Amino acid sequence: MTRGIPDVRATEGRAPDVFSRDGWVPMRSHRDGEDVDFAIVGTGAGGGVMAAKLAEAGFSVVAFDAGPFFRPLADFASEEREQDKLYWTDERISDGRDPIELGSNNSGRAVGGSTVHFQMVALRFRPEWFLARSALGYGRDWPVDWREMWRAYDEVEDALKIAGPVRYPWGPRRGRYPYRPHEVNASGLVLARGAEALGVGWAPCPIATLSAPRGRAPPCVYRGFCKIGCSTNAKQSILNTYIPRALAAGAEVRDLAMVARIETDASGRATGLHYHRGGEWRFQQTRNVVVAGYSIETPRLLLNSAGPAHRHGLANAEGLVGRELMVHVNDAVWGTMEDEIRWYKGPPSMAVTEHWNYEDRKDFHGGYAIMSQGPLPTDFATSMVGNLGAFGMDLRRRMAGYNHMAGLKIVGEVMPDPENRVTLSDETDALGLPVPRITFGYGENDRAIGRHARGFMSEMLRAAGATDLFETTGTAHLMGGCPMGFSPQDSVVDADGRAWSCDNLWICDGSVMPTGGGVNPSLTIMANSARIGHRIRALAARGELARAA
Amino acid sequence: MTDAPRPYPGYDVLAKWDTPSWDAITREVVAHRLDRVPERRFFEPAEWETLAALCDTVLPQPDRERPIPLAPFVDAAMAEDRTTGTRWAALPTMREAWRRGLAAIDAEARAVYGRRFHALPADARESLLRAIDDEDVRAPEWRDLPPRRLFRHVLANEIVRIYYAHPDAWSEIGFGGPASPRGYVRLSANRRDAWEADLERPKRRSERRK
Repeated sequence: MTRGIPDVRATEGRAPDVFSRDGWVPMRSHRDGEDVDFAIVGTGAGGGVMAAKLAEAGFSVVAFDAGPFFRPLADFASEEREQDKLYWTDERISDGRDPIELGSNNSGRAVGGSTVHFQMVALRFRPEWFLARSALGYGRDWPVDWREMWRAYDEVEDALKIAGPVRYPWGPRRGRYPYRPHEVNASGLVLARGAEALGVGWAPCPIATLSAPRGRAPPCVYRGFCKIGCSTNAKQSILNTYIPRALAAGAEVRDLAMVARIETDASGRATGLHYHRGGEWRFQQTRNVVVAGYSIETPRLLLNSAGPAHRHGLANAEGLVGRELMVHVNDAVWGTMEDEIRWYKGPPSMAVTEHWNYEDRKDFHGGYAIMSQGPLPTDFATSMVGNLGAFGMDLRRRMAGYNHMAGLKIVGEVMPDPENRVTLSDETDALGLPVPRITFGYGENDRAIGRHARGFMSEMLRAAGATDLFETTGTAHLMGGCPMGFSPQDSVVDADGRAWSCDNLWICDGSVMPTGGGVNPSLTIMANSARIGHRIRALAARGELARAA
Repeated sequence: MTDAPRPYPGYDVLAKWDTPSWDAITREVVAHRLDRVPERRFFEPAEWETLAALCDTVLPQPDRERPIPLAPFVDAAMAEDRTTGTRWAALPTMREAWRRGLAAIDAEARAVYGRRFHALPADARESLLRAIDDEDVRAPEWRDLPPRRLFRHVLANEIVRIYYAHPDAWSEIGFGGPASPRGYVRLSANRRDAWEADLERPKRRSERRK
């Protein structure tokens, strides 16, 4: 690593100006002993949105992130190995029948969270998925009406100026996307040809990168390194959308601040956060705590926060914290095209078909979206090593076909299973905190989705003219671990994101998702967080919330 | 052993070094990679011999006068304890997995061929790794180590990530390489921008960066 991770930047009344190479913006600062309205743990898709929503509602807010505060223009290189600095690379133990890859696969560590490296795919849940159990017969119902979520999707799609088609082919009719769609690259048009040959719909993928200038951010230049951090700010991540909003509204952001434990009093209410920053342990007092560390760090923090009234970990009276961890099936099929595709040009997934999310005549529960692909060299090479055992001249020959490759990959729904979970191991990390153990195994329905999708994608690719097909398997994303539900017996938090057993503790990240759906989760996490932000504001207006003096 | 692929002879991704396709931090990072190959700090000399032979088997480079350095960057990652974020439950911590893995490969070579791994000819090294990947092992050093998991997801994974992060590997596969801030305009099949190399027709090797 040459540049690597910057030191603490957001301090002494200023924070990095993410639209500049070395500039600053003013930042309101609080002392540790000062009671604030909200302390937020994590600044990604959940916490970043929440910081802006609460600060804009007039609350005093301090948002903590374990990762650094990057300025994309100066800090992000066009080089995969250097950009490993975006990921949560502390070792976590991956266990179970089908252990999942962590790190770069699903875990960011930066102000802005995993949205700094997300692929920008911005799809909504199908409305029926919010009643998966009662309407479709699997998984869980969400304690939220789909129309409330759809209003929140409108809000976050506008906040990110999602570029997408005028008329999206699936789901209820709705307005056009805020920005016009991008031209679909050659890789996306392979998906289009395959979909048309098989008689299923396709669309330019709605994505969170600008198709026209916006403020100080330029439109996308199609450089194709989106997944390792956008160096031009065209990508609309939390880092360059909600974080600047939060700062402007008076939130304080503390970078490189690892929250270890939530302190609670004898009555069980949260009183503050123990965190490590600048080489020392500190304690921030607060009236309310919002946790948004994602599906591993959120359960880890709660389980590590036992107190006099929470003997088995915070909000864990029913032993549900850490359970029902979900991923997405991320199986793919790849092939060689006669044409030169050069799939590295443009965002990696520019075309999508949600056919199998909206078609119910099938022999498995849940659904999947198929997206076109454009992996960078080491990403593609390691997937051939891991899946095919390719090495030696065989691997070099396969990689020599890089510019003629095309691929299709799914985001496939995984059923919630209480045995898939996050626990604390008896090992400790460099700060003395328990190392999390992640236990995961696919169920029969999950495997059926992978089989169905690989078969269907093979047909699509053949119909599009691809030869020498091969398959890979894998997982993407994290969801669940602290599900939102209807009662203290079935869930960790209620529909407002409020912990059943601690009334000044909230969770607003992907861990509260009761089901995973067949689409990338970031837009749903943001929408749900914005919705919870509105709920907190309504509770405060009714006087049902603790406020700082 | 089959021949090395050369689909784009004469293409050099570094020809774009002084153009708007390479920004300052990318130049800095890649220059560092090219100019400052780390010294051995972590592995013992005997481990290093096995590591170098392992790298040369996972990605053989008989076609290159100056092979892409691989073992030095593996060693640097260990010295800096640069972990990936995943510790497979069946494996020990990263450093121990590498140390025990190299020892097991060396022991396997002695068990099968009666010689150390780095002393074997290339084809024997390759078939030994193939057998390890098939979990067909006999050396007692494997004990509880799962050979395929270790080989694919730890050892080969890291070596391959180092190789394909090097500009010579980008040139080999015709990857356009860094493209910030200029990016691309023409995204459709068989089309290229004026500043993209014409990869299909051999060209004279352009002058490398100064």
